[in-house]
Parts: sequence; structure tokens; C-alpha cells
Amino acid sequence: MTSLAQKKRSDSIMTALFVGGAGFAVVLLVAFVGFVIIQGVEGMTPEMLSFGPHGLGDMFFNTVYLVVLALVGSMITGIPAGIFLAEYAGNGKVTHWVRMAIETLASLPSIVVGLFGYLAFIVMTGSQWNLFAGALAVSILTLPLVTSVTEDALRNLPDSYRQGSLGLGASHWQTIWNILLPACFPRIMTGLIMAAGRGFGEAAALMFTAGMSTDIDWTNWDITSSSCPLNPFRPGETLALHIWALRTEALHPDAVQMASASSAILMIMVVSFSLAARWLSWRIDKKMGGSK
Amino acid sequence: MTEMTTTLIGSGAAKATEQEAVRVSQEAAGDAEYTFSVEGLDLFYDQTQALKNINMNIEKNHITALIGPSGCGKSTFLKTLNRMNDWVEGCRVTGKIQFEGKDIFKEVDPLALRYRVGMVFQQPTPFPKSIFENVAYGPRIQGISNKKELAEIVEQSLRQAVIWDELKDRLNESALGLSGGQQQRLCIARTLAARPSVILMDEPTSALDPISTQKIEDLALELKKDYTIVIVTHSMQQARRISDKTAFFLLGELIEFNDTVDMFTQPSNAQTEAYITGRFG
Repeated sequence: MTSLAQKKRSDSIMTALFVGGAGFAVVLLVAFVGFVIIQGVEGMTPEMLSFGPHGLGDMFFNTVYLVVLALVGSMITGIPAGIFLAEYAGNGKVTHWVRMAIETLASLPSIVVGLFGYLAFIVMTGSQWNLFAGALAVSILTLPLVTSVTEDALRNLPDSYRQGSLGLGASHWQTIWNILLPACFPRIMTGLIMAAGRGFGEAAALMFTAGMSTDIDWTNWDITSSSCPLNPFRPGETLALHIWALRTEALHPDAVQMASASSAILMIMVVSFSLAARWLSWRIDKKMGGSK
Repeated sequence: MTEMTTTLIGSGAAKATEQEAVRVSQEAAGDAEYTFSVEGLDLFYDQTQALKNINMNIEKNHITALIGPSGCGKSTFLKTLNRMNDWVEGCRVTGKIQFEGKDIFKEVDPLALRYRVGMVFQQPTPFPKSIFENVAYGPRIQGISNKKELAEIVEQSLRQAVIWDELKDRLNESALGLSGGQQQRLCIARTLAARPSVILMDEPTSALDPISTQKIEDLALELKKDYTIVIVTHSMQQARRISDKTAFFLLGELIEFNDTVDMFTQPSNAQTEAYITGRFG
């Protein structure tokens, strides 16, 4: 029989182990973010922060624009798929295949998706590299995540929401739209944040879709023109891809500092986006959960 | 008619002619005086039969209590009345239920049926929305979007549920912040806002404290002036306190259905007597 002292000792050892594990993750993240940001800011010049051929502003804008497009893409495919799996799918063969397809999609390497995107959205449509194709490729990568987050969120809602609504004569769709989706909004939001993170950081899938060049004329607001910033059918190199290009191919002397600065900007972007989205979903959660 | 409804109803072929007689006389008398007329109702969950040949008439502006031990089918029966069993996989119903003279399986759209036959559940089921939006939900899904009209319905419903004074200054707060008893009365108000004529209550007080229970019971007695109420309850005292009619279910069968006073003073069936005197349950 283990003595009381032994029990207590092993308990505190295990507690320390778990706290240590969690602490390590936090320390690692803080150190990493700090290192990247400090290194980036050190070599930063005002020119780098400008929009135009010598700055990173264009890539910054491309990144944001691409992530927004990709999020729209994964929302309009992933959320309905999640709703289908949680609310409509039975346990039949179709569900089985849909589920398997989504799981397989989740494990595809991004370079494969990139090459598929190149084939399907560039070669087959006969177009040049463009942001829209890049966004579609990223959507494919994030689709499984958004789908499973939506499905889990719906499944985890108390059954009473469903009963209460249906009991009042609401249709299934009215119940989903008015009660269930708003109730799981914070969780779907979390899924979208993770999906956006994927978009911010993605490089391999964009190489052959969004392209490695960018040429924006900030005075041109004719959306059909290929140099208009808002035209999604123009090539648009993102920050992540730019970092990769700078570190592997660039020849100009300040390429290394540029890469560090890009990394810092990307890092700040990801962190602030994630914080903002969390704040938003916290606000909504609080509003729905009652101010006690 | 009264003798018919108080007739002891069992199952089996021997009773067939008697049920036929009930049905015929009912048709002759017209169905208007009953909110629900149930005839030969069988319900199956896959292979298991959960309700066996139920025949009963539920009277307008009365409180009808459904009692019986766990698993006797009383909740299943209640949920059949507004077709909430439609979503239960493998649930199959045969027989006939008429609501205000119309067959609910053939002549009434299930959504429209639920507008008229509201339901209050065992656990309060507030939505994660404001108090106002909770009550306004029923009218909204029926297509009412005029703000003034909604505000009127909300106030009226909360008043009817005797919770207006407690909540009138908190209409924009989340309903999830209310106590269990308040939530349950809010759910009753929400049901009333949909303008039903019947309120089904599925053990509405089993999750509540005695004071909240009393409030709900008082409310039910108040509401029966305007509504028909069917209440499933685990508590025989509750059935006795508030109901006009009591139906005793056992193993999927309706054993006895009678005026509450008679049922509790002189049950005509040995099993009913055994149950209400606490010999099993």
C-alpha cells in the first residue's frame, strides 16, 4: 500500500510536470515572438514600411486581402458542410464518405494543394497567377478545419436549444439560423481564427497560385485593371512567400533585414488578429451568457 | 360522454368493441368539446412498443395530469400530442389523434400544430439571447416583425406568466442569467407569446425548488381559464393539487383515466391504487 506521503509526493511531481509543460509552451512562444519582432524592428528602415516597389506595404496588403478572400471561401464551403454533418447527415454511406473526404483533405500537404491549384485555377482557366486562385487554394487547406469546428460546435450545444425552438413551431432551418448558429458563433470564430492563421503563414500553396510578384498602382482604382489593389485577379505575393523569396533568391544587400522585417510584421499581424478576434468572440459570449 | 371518458381502458381484443363505441359516440357528439381525441394510438421506438392502444379525450380549459412510474410512456405520449417525436429516429406512430377536430398526422402541418400546441420542458430551455428576444422568438418565427407589436406581445406574455414585474427592467439582459425558476416561467411566457391554445408541460417543476414549484402551479391554475393544459408529473401531490383529470400510465398502457378527485379517493383499478398509495413507483 502506498503511504500518504508517497501519494502526496507523486501528486506534486505530476502537478509540477503539467505546469512545466504548459509553462514551456508559453515561454517558447514569448521567446520566439520576441526574438522575431526584435530582430525585425532592429533592421527596419522607414522605406520598408512604405507601399510601393521598395516597401513591404504591398505584400502586407496582399496578405490581408488574400486571408479575407480565403476566409470567405472556407466559410461558404466549410460552415454549410459542418451544418450538414451535425444537423442533417445520418449514419449512412454518404456521411461516411463525406467524413472520409474531409479527413483526407485535412492531411494533404500544402504543396500538393498548391500544385492542384496551379493546375485547376491557373492552367485550366488559362489565367495568370492571381490572388483569387491563391485564396481558393488556402480555402481548400482550411476547409476541413472550418467544417469540423462548425460540426463540433453544433454538436456540443445543449439539446434544449433545439427542443425549445422546435417546440415553438420553428422549422429546422429557422432553428439553425436563429438559435444554433448564433449560439456557437464564438466557437466557429475560433475556428476561423485558426484558419486565418493558416492563410497568413501559408507559402507553399501560394507559390504557384497567387504568384511571386506584385505590381500595385495605388492610384489606380479601376477594379478591372491588373494593377488595381482590389482586383483579386492580379498576382499578389504575400508576406510569407516574400520572406521565403528574400531568404532564398534575393540578391540585394539588405535582403536579410527585409526578411526579418517581414517576419516581424507578419508576426505582429497574426498576434493582433488573433487577439482582436478573441476579444470579439469573448464580447459576444458575454452578451449571450448573461452578465452575472 | 362523461361515462365514456371515465371508462377504464385497457388493451387487447376484448376492448375493441368498446373503443369502437367510444369512437362512434364521439363522432356523433362532434369533437369540438375536446381539445384532443386520441384513438387507438400505438407508438414504437424501432421494435419496442412504447405506447399501446391509447384512447383518451382531453378536455378544453382543463388541466389533465399524466402520472405513472418512469418509462411508462407518459412523456412519450405528451410529445406525440405536438409531434415532437417526429425527430426521434426510429419512432413510428399508428392510430389517430385529433386536435380540435383535425387529424394531426394527416390534416395539420406539424409546424402549425406546434404554434397552437406549445410545450414547456423539464429543464428550462432559454435561448442564449436577451429576455426580450426569448419571448419574441415565437411571434418572430411566425413572421411578426413589427417592433411595437412584438413589444406588446412580450409584455402581455410576461404579465400572463406573472414574471413581468421581476423582469421588466432586465429585458435586454441574457436569459441565461436568470434563476431556474425564473427561466422556467420565462419559457412559459415564451410559449404563451406564440399564441397557443394548449400548453403541454413535461415535468415542468422537477428541476425547481418548492417556492418556484408553487409559482408554476399557481400559474398553471391561472392559465387554465384560457388554455388547455396537459402536464406530465412525477409528483402525485402535484397532480392532486392542480389537475382536473388524471391519467395513469403503466408500461405503455393507459390504465385509468378519471376525474382527479375520484382517481385519488376511489381508484377503480388495483394497479392505480397501488401506485397512488405508494406501493410501487
